[in-house]
Amino acid sequence: MIEAIFTYEFLQNAVLSGLIIGLIAPMLGLFIVVRRMAMISDALSHVALAGIAGSLYLSQQVLFFAALNPVYLGMGAAVIGSLLIERLRRVYKSFEELAIPIILSAGIGFGAIFISLAKGFGTDLVGYLFGSVSAVSRQDLYIVIFIAIIVIAFIYFLYKELFSLAFDPEYARVSGINERVIQAAFMIITALVIGASMRIVGILLVSSLMTLPVAAAIQVAKSYRGALVYSVVFGEIAVIIGLISAFYLDIAPGGTIVVTSVFILLLVLLWKKVRS
Amino acid sequence: MYMTNSIINLEHISHKFNHSVALSDVSLEVKQGEFWALIGPNGSGKSTLLKIILGLLKPSQGTIELFGGPIDSFNQQQRIGYVSQKSNAFTTQFPATVLEVVKSGLTSKKGLFKRFDKEDEQQALDALHVVKMADRKDESIGDLSGGQQQRVFIARALVSHPDLLIMDEPTVGIDRQNVESFYSMLSELNREYGIAILLVTHEIDVVTKLATHIACLNRSIHFHGVHADYEKMSEAELSGWYGHPIRRLHQKETEPVR
Repeated sequence: MIEAIFTYEFLQNAVLSGLIIGLIAPMLGLFIVVRRMAMISDALSHVALAGIAGSLYLSQQVLFFAALNPVYLGMGAAVIGSLLIERLRRVYKSFEELAIPIILSAGIGFGAIFISLAKGFGTDLVGYLFGSVSAVSRQDLYIVIFIAIIVIAFIYFLYKELFSLAFDPEYARVSGINERVIQAAFMIITALVIGASMRIVGILLVSSLMTLPVAAAIQVAKSYRGALVYSVVFGEIAVIIGLISAFYLDIAPGGTIVVTSVFILLLVLLWKKVRS
Repeated sequence: MYMTNSIINLEHISHKFNHSVALSDVSLEVKQGEFWALIGPNGSGKSTLLKIILGLLKPSQGTIELFGGPIDSFNQQQRIGYVSQKSNAFTTQFPATVLEVVKSGLTSKKGLFKRFDKEDEQQALDALHVVKMADRKDESIGDLSGGQQQRVFIARALVSHPDLLIMDEPTVGIDRQNVESFYSMLSELNREYGIAILLVTHEIDVVTKLATHIACLNRSIHFHGVHADYEKMSEAELSGWYGHPIRRLHQKETEPVR
């Protein structure tokens, strides 16, 4: 595979994108999981599906969209979905978790309509649903790099505020942290990471890469910083093993990456049980 | 801001939730170095009053001043340390060390986009020394007992060197033995460091012995003043505002009998 990486540009794109996503998805995922918002990434990925399907449908109808990377519309839809979730959480103050199924259903609904209108998309859509090693373009890689810079800067500069909000939101509000602004920015960034990850991991599996490595990390880490490091290490292991097996077995990388993550989680749980 | 030793000044605070009155015409002043116990039965508006003081809730009527200025323009949150009742019920599996939790108390003082440095870590350690938890700094917060966790939350509240500590029933879920050592630590903080304390509690007899001032709240203030005057109140008067028969307890007895 090493030789192939140096030979084929598509493989370089896939490996580099995969490694970057293995870094940023679990990194952001830790903040999502400890805030008990794991389902939000699921809802946003389904909204991204609507955007991708919409873009693929429009590409059959309008020339402009034929030249447009569907990732942009997918990402745009996820960002709009993230802002709508925030709005709905405020409308249903006592039932704020309702915002997630509402947006998730809307995403699947629109996605189904566009897929039906276009009479199916064949391999294109399957690539977006479950990820693809061969479909990652150089442009996709640039998008991933750009989003990774935003995510890393966001977490680096707002680490203490994000920690405070995750650990004790009421205390964070009392101490003057602007929860509303940081939360809105956090949601938008989550949507961008989902958009960036879907080429490799696939829309249906992207939330797994945000939650499974974190689920394993919080079993072994004592500190928040430790949990962040473990999450990234587990995420990268899953991406590397997942990509290699997808390449040799010629199957969707989303599946192999997520199944590897599940194995890592099982191993961690087993190790913890044996140790105790 | 003009110089004053007034830390909290509430004037004629009233608050309604929909149509039910939560607070009615509450006025109260807390000055530097005072230890106030705010006592009252369930549903008496204690937590609502705290939320108003902390800026989490806007009252329907009345004015609030913090450190001599109106609450709307108050931006020195680091001068107030807050220990909530909810801290007792945080997720025990949350991956955070004692030191990380205490450092988070410096978030607003540090300012946006700035990262913690060695000096902040030392301040957090100093705060842990005050609550006698420095040797547990690297342990996971979830591995500590309820009483130890609450000490850590006090350290988080103290780390920014506040002039006022506000606590909402901080001993919920802590066993009796630890409650007493917890309260004596509060008393020490008040005496030795001159930190003003506003403590909301149900544990009337334990706290009224430690507090310098007492306020009895049941939607409106029924008594507020120094400890000696509170002691002069008869059991009938106490029972009247509390809504339940109250008997003063002595020596080893610690809980009011209803």
